[in-house]
Amino acid sequence: MILTLALSLALQTPPGEESVAPYARSDANAGATPFPDDRLWRTFGAAPGVARIVDRLVELNQNDPRIADIFKGQDLVRLRRVLKEQFCYILGGGCTYSGRDMKAAHHNMGLQTADMAALVENLQRAMRESGVPFAAQNQLLAKLAPMKRVVVTR
Amino acid sequence: MRMRLFCLAILSLCLPASPILAAEYRSGGKLLLTDGISTVEGAGGGGIASWATIAGQETDAGIGGAAHATLVALPAFTLTALGASIGLRDRVELSYGRQRFDTRAAGAALGLGRGFTFGQDIVGAKLRLVGDAVYDQDRWLPQISVGIQYKRANQDTVVRAVGAAQSRGTDLYVAATKLLLAEGLVLNGTLRWTKANQLGLLGFGGDGRRGRSVQFEGSAAKLLSSRLVVGAEFRSKPDNLRFAREDHAFDLFAAWAIARHLTVTAAYADLGSIATVRRQRGPFLSLRTAF
Ligand code: HEM
Repeated sequence: MILTLALSLALQTPPGEESVAPYARSDANAGATPFPDDRLWRTFGAAPGVARIVDRLVELNQNDPRIADIFKGQDLVRLRRVLKEQFCYILGGGCTYSGRDMKAAHHNMGLQTADMAALVENLQRAMRESGVPFAAQNQLLAKLAPMKRVVVTR
Repeated sequence: MRMRLFCLAILSLCLPASPILAAEYRSGGKLLLTDGISTVEGAGGGGIASWATIAGQETDAGIGGAAHATLVALPAFTLTALGASIGLRDRVELSYGRQRFDTRAAGAALGLGRGFTFGQDIVGAKLRLVGDAVYDQDRWLPQISVGIQYKRANQDTVVRAVGAAQSRGTDLYVAATKLLLAEGLVLNGTLRWTKANQLGLLGFGGDGRRGRSVQFEGSAAKLLSSRLVVGAEFRSKPDNLRFAREDHAFDLFAAWAIARHLTVTAAYADLGSIATVRRQRGPFLSLRTAF
């Protein structure tokens, strides 16, 4: 009994990640409509480029005194994986997004507007370091910006 | 879930899963350049157009502010403007601006005396009504604010002598500002209900027209990087005084955030004809600090 439970959890949860409460999977959870073609995805350097940007973003957040505490004790292995999926999906890279919706992902965190700005600045820096042109950076940010309304709760 | 179950199992060893909540009050938190600069009247905006943005780098959880010094060097005149503003929770802006308009040699030609200086004090308040210029990227609705500026010109006798009806006046305005992030554009449109002559330096109302009229201020700017924006502004002005035609104002500007708390703006401004002296165009330089 315990063995089968553990097994089913292990099957659903990718290695290195903690399991999460069940939720309905849908690309709509990504919180933005994707770009119609893969031009932006290629401008971002496709999978290796986006992976580098997301890894750097998470690293910058962990070392940013304004928001570092919020990332302590969180499942950053999962966060990196689903963020890469989310960016790939939105940038027209053709991925499916398997994560939770933005409201569910951030509820109870008590995020403020200043936290959102800190994260945006870190993302700008990660994209810049990765050589993403400024205009392309803004196209992704324009998709993410409205998520502030559900991510920021106080 | 596994984590939570594990926590339940050895409750005493586990830290709470929720992050440490930051203090309610926060200073800073606006993205670079998104609070604009300060106008020559002290309000948050462009250089000559008041915007719907609230001065200072605070968010809805804090208090911020800004201070600026601006110099407009025209062929015949020199305008200096100093000001400071406070932003409360990115909702209310209170501002003070002080202008000095040195007539230099032209003062003698105008019969005022060389170096005669007009001045005015401007106390302003602005309230953000709706919209978020920066984050509402999925909506057309701009950020909209209403503002009021109470102005007091300091040369009562002279401004009345040239035909002004009063030396004090109040401007009312409504401003709409939108960042079109995907296009890298900042757009602003403002309607101002005013009777100010040359911003108020030459008094309010006149022998040509006594009352208020609706004037337009527009700005369009392009983001070149997260620190650099270039653009153009237009401001229509009333033409109330008979002794001299008053023209609309234009400028081309570049604003550069050299540091988080310091923005330098360089512009070329065309203020047209001022007090009968035509073609008043020249460099506009503004330093602004914000927190
Ligand atoms: C546009 C803004 C944002 C986007 C697109 C975004 C995206 C995501 C995604 C995709 C997840 C994972 C969802 C899942 O596990 O199923 C997540 C989780 C998380 N986000 Fe965000 N996020 C945003 C803003 C923020 C901000 C402002 C902060 C804090 C400064 C933040 C902190 C976190 C943390 C700590 C987690 C991990 C939650 C957990 O493991 O339970 N996020 N975010």
